[in-house]
Amino acid sequence: MTRVPIAMRVAFGDALLELAPTIPEMVVLDADVSSSTRTAEFGKRHPDRFFNVGVAEANMVDIAAGMATCGLRPVVSTFALFIALKGTDQVRNIVCYNNLPVVLAGNYAGLSDSYDGASHQSILDLSIMRAMPNMAVVVPADAIELRQALAVALHRNGPTYLRICRNPTPVLFAEAAPFEFGKIRRLRDGGDLTIAVCGVPTSMAIEAADRLAARGIAVDLLEVSTLKPIDAAALAASSRKTGRVLTVEEHTTVGGLGSAVAEALAQSAPAALRMIGIQDTFTESGDYSALLRKYGISTDHIEAGAMQLVETNPR
Amino acid sequence: MKRPDCTVVLQEKDRSKKSRLIQRLAQAFRIDVLDTLHARGTGHWGGAASAAELLVALYFDAMNVRPAEPSWPDRDRLVLSKGHASCMLYTVLAHRGYFPPEELQTFRQLDSRLQGHPCMRKTPGVEMSTGSLGHGLSVGLGMALAARRLGKSWWTYVLMGDGDLNEGQTWEAVMAAAKFKPERLVALIDYNKVQLDGPSDQIMPMDPLPEKLRAFNWNVAPIVYDGHHAAAVLESFDWVKRQRQWPVVVIYHTHKGRGVSFMEDNAQWHGAVIDDNTHARARQELLATLRQLEDQP
Repeated sequence: MTRVPIAMRVAFGDALLELAPTIPEMVVLDADVSSSTRTAEFGKRHPDRFFNVGVAEANMVDIAAGMATCGLRPVVSTFALFIALKGTDQVRNIVCYNNLPVVLAGNYAGLSDSYDGASHQSILDLSIMRAMPNMAVVVPADAIELRQALAVALHRNGPTYLRICRNPTPVLFAEAAPFEFGKIRRLRDGGDLTIAVCGVPTSMAIEAADRLAARGIAVDLLEVSTLKPIDAAALAASSRKTGRVLTVEEHTTVGGLGSAVAEALAQSAPAALRMIGIQDTFTESGDYSALLRKYGISTDHIEAGAMQLVETNPR
Repeated sequence: MKRPDCTVVLQEKDRSKKSRLIQRLAQAFRIDVLDTLHARGTGHWGGAASAAELLVALYFDAMNVRPAEPSWPDRDRLVLSKGHASCMLYTVLAHRGYFPPEELQTFRQLDSRLQGHPCMRKTPGVEMSTGSLGHGLSVGLGMALAARRLGKSWWTYVLMGDGDLNEGQTWEAVMAAAKFKPERLVALIDYNKVQLDGPSDQIMPMDPLPEKLRAFNWNVAPIVYDGHHAAAVLESFDWVKRQRQWPVVVIYHTHKGRGVSFMEDNAQWHGAVIDDNTHARARQELLATLRQLEDQP
């Protein structure tokens, strides 16, 4: 966490350039936001592999699907909100129903398009994507993990939704520690409380876990980068160990990580559960950090939520 | 019912003779579809009957395909955007050799490969799963762009109906296709002017359709062809093959429920169940027409 923060979108644009020579089947589609999503440079260097379809997300998803049936490996890039909501029928009926190898890169996700306000903030993309049969859902926690996840997604035999933050965020992982699709990363080992986190709040959860450790509470900190298929075995093992689970996400708690964890544990290893995330409400414009804090997503909120979970569920 | 031998239809070189064979085959398939829909008590007659000559002409004339090798990479593609015409597509595919015609009896039944609407993961020869309207042209555009990227020369046909034209996504694809201009992308419009709820003029008027598409920078066929006259359909395909300006679109005047007097142009027969009495009356009409076609030289 001492390294300079990097924006996932910047890493995404760089990763596309890096992968271009090694995956000749890869093509990139964007919907008139390529300078924002950072696919523009790929478009300049590979004009025959780049398709800016204008502001027409539904069309973009289906064009990609048609390409995928012919052996290409399309990466569909626009704001997360628009893929999830303007391309929903296309993602369901064409991409997922046919299990096509399309990477859906949902940029400016969560509250990261902070100043643009609620109209642009993607707080329910994970609920939608998770509900789609055949879809894999990956929420990287930093720029390194995003690059790794993109490379993995481009080699999968089905659709992958990749969630990308707009803003610079702390670098948490080393290149040498590879992202494993479908596997939880254990960032802290503890027996008092499980914290399951995905995406940008991961750095907050690490800090909170360290503060809790200083207060004598040992956190089993799980980074759930693959929301679907979720690593149910690792979750259950941790839940049996601690009996208390706190989930943390930059997303509504209706259908996101909290729901995914609850679904998995309810059937295997139920525990006292609390969810940190956006509480079924629309959000607003503002500074990214301040916005996250206002809607209940911060190191302080995680620490307080953990304490409450421990105190209300004594051993 | 006498059905022309499918191998003979495929191999016929004389355009005039071939068009007469396609005409008869399409009419025979109408009877097959009517029988299937009646036997299963479910399915869409109107749009299937409307697309008979177009689908038969595609698979028995225009398209370069290998039914024994449905995934042959260089094959021509058809996306049936009006997926509710599935029963006609399945009937054509079965007789073209993709799967046994006996399997048509399983249409829309549990465990069948023949879903209510086309599913590319279940049915050999189906290039794209459709049913929700408005997807076909976007998908076809993707296939045509893939051909360009991969240095291939397959043709991509997209068969659309009135309902498809109502969908905003179709017009997104119309614009994008005119921007990218992929070679060998051909939109075929089965323009029967009747939708589920009623005549298109009342539900969502699309005219002036050729002018609209021209204004969107498509290469629009100079005439609107008769989509039920096999000779005209073959003529339209010959026109398509001469084109060098992309994308290309051909509009066909057709009739929903074609071939049965009391069903033609009648929205009621978009997807209504065909009961015993209706089936008997309709079949008689279809058969009479088929016999007339057989009597022609």
